[in-house]
Amino acid sequence: MDRQELKKIAHEVRKGIITSIYSAKAGHPGGSLSAADLFVYLYFEELNIDPRDPQMEGRDRFVLSKGHTAPGLYAALAHRGFFPIEDLETLRHTGSYLQGHPDMKCIPGIDMSTGSLGQGLSTAVGMALAAKMDQKDYRVYAMCGDGEIQEGQIWEAAMFAGHRKLDNLVVIVDHNKLQIDGKVEDVCSPYPIDKKFEAFHFHSITIDGHNFDEMDAAFKEARQTKGMPTVIIANTIKGKGISFMEDAAEWHGKAPKEEEFNVAMEDLKKAGEALCQ
Amino acid sequence: MPINKNISELPKIATREGYGSTLVELGKEDENVVVLDADLAAATKTGVFGKAFPDRHINCGIAEANMAGIAAGLAACGKIPFISSFAMFVAGRAYEQVRNSIGYPGLNIKIGATHAGISVGEDGATHQCNEDIALMRSIPGMVIINPSDNIEAVAAVRAAYAYKGPVYLRFGRLAVPVFNDREDYTFELGKGIVLREGRDVTIFATGLCVVESLYAAEKLAADGIDAEIINIHTIKPLDTELVAASAAKTGRVFTVEEHSVIGGLGSAVCEALSETCPTKVTRIGMYDKYGESGPALELLHKYGLDAEGIYQKIKETL
Repeated sequence: MDRQELKKIAHEVRKGIITSIYSAKAGHPGGSLSAADLFVYLYFEELNIDPRDPQMEGRDRFVLSKGHTAPGLYAALAHRGFFPIEDLETLRHTGSYLQGHPDMKCIPGIDMSTGSLGQGLSTAVGMALAAKMDQKDYRVYAMCGDGEIQEGQIWEAAMFAGHRKLDNLVVIVDHNKLQIDGKVEDVCSPYPIDKKFEAFHFHSITIDGHNFDEMDAAFKEARQTKGMPTVIIANTIKGKGISFMEDAAEWHGKAPKEEEFNVAMEDLKKAGEALCQ
Repeated sequence: MPINKNISELPKIATREGYGSTLVELGKEDENVVVLDADLAAATKTGVFGKAFPDRHINCGIAEANMAGIAAGLAACGKIPFISSFAMFVAGRAYEQVRNSIGYPGLNIKIGATHAGISVGEDGATHQCNEDIALMRSIPGMVIINPSDNIEAVAAVRAAYAYKGPVYLRFGRLAVPVFNDREDYTFELGKGIVLREGRDVTIFATGLCVVESLYAAEKLAADGIDAEIINIHTIKPLDTELVAASAAKTGRVFTVEEHSVIGGLGSAVCEALSETCPTKVTRIGMYDKYGESGPALELLHKYGLDAEGIYQKIKETL
């Protein structure tokens, strides 16, 4: 897809993130916005999926291990046609299928229920193992947060994936450098992330997580990597696209108030106009 | 059922044996059956499955949380995983993974937990899980089966396989008497089995305490106390109808389990009876205590979970 087209979709996804979280009066904008471009690339370029048949056999799987950034994933799924875009405004409302964290039982396009950090990667590893056991060629993608990888279970999963040479698995680390309590390097440093995964027999690639050309090259390289899983460390900006949310830990997990919402929508309006020029 | 042998004369097999052997049978019948272990394949008896189906036996190493998650991914792709470790580690350490990655999405995964209770013996308190039933009962929709001997273990594994959804299977390390070897034995998920009818008291027992309770009933009978013995192999969903009917009949209830009296069979029976048929209940089990090292039979005796201990407790309570 044309890069400009992907940027326009990402712009719409960011609008979806802000409006759904504003409507919910709760949610996680920072990490949703940092991962927004990655979600768009995955769902519009990389994944072999069919929104008319979310359970399609042989589809690629995606596990959002950092499940709290569901608003970003939901917006991408909605724009890809898995469910109506207007439903995004029911996020976190009582009775809505759009749960605060991904729920595979009721949300079209969600391959695994996640939300408790550290658990999603293991489930993705299980899916990749199932593909290998059945000699099927679908691929499995998991996205982790850079704070999330402080969870020990991530490294249990990485050890197993490397040991089993699961080259149909791609782990994406949304490296936005912030977690709830501040900078990841101050809270409990996970660095060096690439060397850690390499020590677990991963191929590592580091990219700009807001650059579609770099994503394109990285996911191609992952497909060509045989005998080991790949980790793509995507350098991103938490809160990307909303002036006052960018690089600000306090926007990890709160909804904008009316005034802030208006500023955010104004930011997005300007960005949208720039995209159309 | 008639008791015509001394308990020591019954053949003894650990319920984990039935787990391993039935996995092999299921493996032959259904190629989607996969078995996961966490470096305890010899102890949990999944090693026999690994021998028969090496490609479907997945050793995850000493990483129970990851094992639970891998099973979730496999189940989401159509496999029927049985995950295996000691009760302490699969129900205890991996509790939150079982809740969030298996229970919440309602995946078709069976948890084969061996080495439950104090009959682990010499390894001592760190390995003696007396809290697993309490933990698993609290997970919405989780089915819990605690077989009383090897025959029931085989039936339980088959029932768990036939059921679509998460099931917790509790097995022991200790070789325990085989007593369900009768022609009319049937296993129905969620249904208790009346082993001995009685008028004076009801004893609801589970796991290895069932056979001990049967022998305790013989001693009680000699003292003129006619005990009804009911085997509760499925702790969740509990056979509340049978529990209430027997309680209404005898008016006095005891529960016996190799588990904490907090959160296990005793709690389940109390909860059911308080809502349906308020009856005085005495819970026999581990009284908010850790176990300790020692030979399994000595520990069962020390903590009052053998026939003699159950008999004494009932005599002194009545």
